[in-house]
Amino acid sequence: MSNIDRRTLLKLAGLIGATAALPFSFARAADKPLIVGFIYVGARDDFGYNQAHAEAAAIIKTLPNVVVVEEENVPETVAVQKSMEAMIRQDGATLIFPTSFGYFDPHVIKMAERFPEVHFAHCGGLWQEGVHPMNAGSFFGYIDEGQYLNGVIAGYASKSKKLGFIAAKPVPQVLRNINAFTMGARSVDPEITTTVIFTGNWSLPIKEAEAANSLIDQSCDVLTCHVDGPKVIVETAEKRGAMTCGYHADQSALAPNGYLTGAEWNWETPYRAHVSASENDQPMINFLRGGLKEGFVKTSPYGPLVTAEAKTKADAIKAQMMAGEFAIFTGPLKDNQGNEVVAAGVALDQTDVVLESMDYLVEGVRGQI
Amino acid sequence: MNFRNQFYRVGVALLPGLPSLLAALTTFVLFMLFLTVQGKPAWEACQLVVQGAFGSAFALESTLQRAAPLMLTALCVALPARAGLIIIGGEGALVLGGLAAAVAPLWLPSMPTLLMLLCMAFSAMLVGGFWIGLNGWMRQKRGLNETIGSLLLSYIAIALFNQLVEGPLRDPASLNKPSTVPLGDDLLIGPISDQFQVHWGLVVGIIACVLAQILVRNSVTGFSLQVVGGNVRTARMMGLPVDRLVILTCVLGGACAGLAGMFEVAAVQGSANAAIIAGYGASGILVAFAARQNPLAIIACAILLGGIEASGSLLQRRLGLPDATTLILEGILFTSLLAWEALTPRIVAWRLRLNERVIQAQGALQHG
Repeated sequence: MSNIDRRTLLKLAGLIGATAALPFSFARAADKPLIVGFIYVGARDDFGYNQAHAEAAAIIKTLPNVVVVEEENVPETVAVQKSMEAMIRQDGATLIFPTSFGYFDPHVIKMAERFPEVHFAHCGGLWQEGVHPMNAGSFFGYIDEGQYLNGVIAGYASKSKKLGFIAAKPVPQVLRNINAFTMGARSVDPEITTTVIFTGNWSLPIKEAEAANSLIDQSCDVLTCHVDGPKVIVETAEKRGAMTCGYHADQSALAPNGYLTGAEWNWETPYRAHVSASENDQPMINFLRGGLKEGFVKTSPYGPLVTAEAKTKADAIKAQMMAGEFAIFTGPLKDNQGNEVVAAGVALDQTDVVLESMDYLVEGVRGQI
Repeated sequence: MNFRNQFYRVGVALLPGLPSLLAALTTFVLFMLFLTVQGKPAWEACQLVVQGAFGSAFALESTLQRAAPLMLTALCVALPARAGLIIIGGEGALVLGGLAAAVAPLWLPSMPTLLMLLCMAFSAMLVGGFWIGLNGWMRQKRGLNETIGSLLLSYIAIALFNQLVEGPLRDPASLNKPSTVPLGDDLLIGPISDQFQVHWGLVVGIIACVLAQILVRNSVTGFSLQVVGGNVRTARMMGLPVDRLVILTCVLGGACAGLAGMFEVAAVQGSANAAIIAGYGASGILVAFAARQNPLAIIACAILLGGIEASGSLLQRRLGLPDATTLILEGILFTSLLAWEALTPRIVAWRLRLNERVIQAQGALQHG
């Protein structure tokens, strides 16, 4: 250490001076804009899951002092880990919305552990206290409320009393939507059945079009779905003269005649909650859920084929839901094998965790898991 | 004279790289044009491509991480190609290999971590090797076109994978994302170091490429393969075991893809689920063709493609370009590579001529 010359000494002194000035520069950082990253698993304009997120992100973009960086078509592989890291390291993001369900385990968890000062607000509802990092969290919405209302409108509109549902995979979230849709329709007419086709994956446009055609050939006259991008289904149905209820986002532009209504996400609500928590240096909101009442979910405007009677009925149920007085899954409820799944006298609250491991199709659904 | 001699020698050495160079130039020009026509800042985009791929330590990590699986899936194309086969079904071997690696710890008796990891790697390679080996066998014994066959078998593999992961092998706790039972923490493969966040699949990929290079360039088997790939009739006349050699390359290639699947499960996902069907098999085809089926060149080409994908992330965030921009860039690159490939016969002729000059020049030196 004896051979420190003057030049080195000056450099060291400068370095120490810079370090001393650091707290000052941190203090000044308070009015720096909040940088928020959004990551989508598909295209931002897919008329579906990703579009619903991108539309809400566009609103966040307009907030003062918020900068949004976005990336689309990011697969649930190491690519999403690198995208999150890039947003943090290259763009300085301190709040990240990894919007695909499959991003959470292991990708979000890994990154949240590596970057404890960054907030990760995942969409999907998987975060568990004591298991997952405190700077991560997940939000989700009870969109089965929208699907129940879809079912009511479809029940009034259907002539053949046969509805069609194109679903990706028989997982609890999807089953809950199929069941809610069917129960909504059967609240109008208990003769109605829903035929379900599982395509096997979240985004298979060719299979989805085939399934739509096949359902229409089986005389189903109202279709709805739970796939990432309902575009081809809505378009196919419109071309064939069948009616549709939308999902994820508003697809009325694709089917000006046959689009009845739709169950849409309203991600603006949870996004705003997370952004404002980050702006005010509040702790991470780890668990956030809501339905129509809380503004996490909304419905598309009614299409031209919806009758006044149907509107009145659906609006009445919607008002009950908004007031928190409506339970979709009430007993006695049987599955389509004849087993009782909800006992008489039981009304499951939307927040009931039992509903999140749903593994049955209710009476009136044609199809099997 | 000596200088000219050197010049010819350098020419002979560099000529095989000429199509790649021209392809890179064409890609650059076309990509700039593509962006300019749309009114996008073309030059800035090109700078971002370089910056996003190699511009910082993090960019390099991102690039290498994306390149790692591509090296192994590219070998699944390049090795059979030495014997004259065009195999495009590496994806199937990857997903089934990954599945085998994920279930091996459940079915095997408990053993030390390292041994278990080796067993997982071995079962992944076994299954991957079997799957592509099946292609080789069907081609040699049943006369089935291996390109179509491998593509169809890949679809079957993916269907089988989904069926098993969503059915008998599903972890009942994986509700909305059907997966196999997660691997224990001790079986998860971490990054090479905290400062270098790239998993060990990169090292294994490079080793596999080097071993493949030794096999095809410096071994008797490699020479036999060259004969088989060059002219099957000659090979048969020489008494080479053609069927065995063809199936061997398929098995080795499939084993590499299976190994890639094992790393996707053990180093990335932690269990086998649909997320490992990410198109690495298809990207591997691109890498192998860009590398002209040369194992060492695969390392470079995989890093190049990984870099383009890494920079796609930056292009989206900085310029708001759609993700398709990256696909366009890849598409232009691949098409240019294939288009300039047409030069190969001429290059062979030019090389011969240059070689003659070298020999003449040497002769002149000796006599002079």
